[in-house]
Amino acid sequence: MPISLKNEAAVAGIGLTDFSKNSGVSELSLAAQCIKAACDDAGVSPAEIDGLVTYTLDSTDEIEVARAVGAADLSFFSRINYGGGAAVGTIAQAAMAIATGQASTVVCYRAMNGRSGKRMGQGVSGEITSSDLIHWSWYMPYGMLIPGSWIAMIANKYMHTYGVTREDLGRVAISQRNHALRNPRAYGYGKPLTMEEYLQSKQIAEPLCLYDFCQETDGGCAILVTSAERARDLKRPPAVIRGVTQASTRGQEQMTSYYRDELLSLPEMEMAAKRVYAMSGLGPTDIDAACLYDAFTSEIIMQLESFGFCGEGEGKDLVREGALDIDGRLPNNTHGGLISEGYIHGMNNIAEGVRLIRGESTSQPAKAVEHVLVSSGVGVPTGAMILGKAD
Amino acid sequence: MNARIKPPMGLDNAWWWQMADQGKLGIQRCLGCQTLRHPPRPMCGDCHSLEWDAVESSGKGVICSYTVLRHPQFPGYEYPLIIVLVDLEEGTRVTSQLVGCAPEDVDFELPVEMLIHEDPDGFKLPVFKLAGGA
Repeated sequence: MPISLKNEAAVAGIGLTDFSKNSGVSELSLAAQCIKAACDDAGVSPAEIDGLVTYTLDSTDEIEVARAVGAADLSFFSRINYGGGAAVGTIAQAAMAIATGQASTVVCYRAMNGRSGKRMGQGVSGEITSSDLIHWSWYMPYGMLIPGSWIAMIANKYMHTYGVTREDLGRVAISQRNHALRNPRAYGYGKPLTMEEYLQSKQIAEPLCLYDFCQETDGGCAILVTSAERARDLKRPPAVIRGVTQASTRGQEQMTSYYRDELLSLPEMEMAAKRVYAMSGLGPTDIDAACLYDAFTSEIIMQLESFGFCGEGEGKDLVREGALDIDGRLPNNTHGGLISEGYIHGMNNIAEGVRLIRGESTSQPAKAVEHVLVSSGVGVPTGAMILGKAD
Repeated sequence: MNARIKPPMGLDNAWWWQMADQGKLGIQRCLGCQTLRHPPRPMCGDCHSLEWDAVESSGKGVICSYTVLRHPQFPGYEYPLIIVLVDLEEGTRVTSQLVGCAPEDVDFELPVEMLIHEDPDGFKLPVFKLAGGA
């Protein structure tokens, strides 16, 4: 009998550092701080941590973190590739480890000096040859060096085909900025954004402008996962993992899946949707709020279709109806998201999913929130997760 | 450094750049099932043959999608920089640059043809221009 991950594990604690453009501390320090904060949130000692999971892009080794926070002996440690595509994949690793008895207290973390340290999209080249570097070499010599340029190619085709306008992208940016206005941690706190400002902002990679991009950020975020049974007895209300999966599909490239027959959808996200709904026994109508991965605004509109909240080409219609707003059908990224809170590679979107389940978002919808959908990076091997309230 | 980023030359890709250096746009062909594929890979995902050769593309195609890059501006590239996905008449798709075209004149489905661009340092790469253009 295969083990299903449905209801096996739960998020018992979340921990975050302050977010800034220049932390002034090492990434190891950020990692240690957010992990300690997640333990404090859960009411668990760092000495109980026996599993650690992070991204291959994270600079901080698990054993460095373990020594820094005084963790227990580690029986499980692993890493997920593909940038923000790793986000909920780290939680899937933790849930598998817990369900199979490999570990009991697993912390997933991402800590980065994403603005003051190594920034994304600086290009790769050199004498070292790997399959990954050869992949990038089809783009770097032509000047496609930044993530926005890779996403813009898909966004332009999608927008052209379905009549999505720059105003529609602006609506996504403004909706998330409005959420951020209530979140003191957010970059966008106290900084309202108008459609006029959006439309007049600098073009970066057409059709994407400045406000379509996420915020390069220094900060750390940790998620403490343990068994659903144990989580009930800890300090905070658990966010039970109803379903979680990774997803990569045929023709998959990292950011540049340009050679599939059609470019108007996100096949890996559709795969994630199918699997996460099947595992949880839930469907789009059961989802009350979402934290859809938002390195770029266009990704939100496409994911509304991937996850079945509307039909092909109808994502823009949901956005125009105000679905993403606090009183909408699917309040989305109520902390501001990667675009207006900060870019911690999607880990901070998972933290917000937990807050929504606990009922403590700074933009908590008035309606009951039983189930929250969280997704990993768009345009890369990805994943999705549904969090739910404990029964 | 003021030149464009050069590709690493590995066993799976160097031949394509060497063809570009000879003025040609290459497409990998599986010798097991004759399927054309791009970007190149060492094994055919359909018939699993490791044997392949390369054909020379006519260089004719249409624009599948595009983006105009304006910022940030890296040394070695000219801005605004128009990047295109081109559906070649052979059936494969290639990522490249559109030259000799104002950003406001690029559009979906426009026919294009390949030419070889040469940098001051002698590096060559296939780029495209609008068909019939100068």
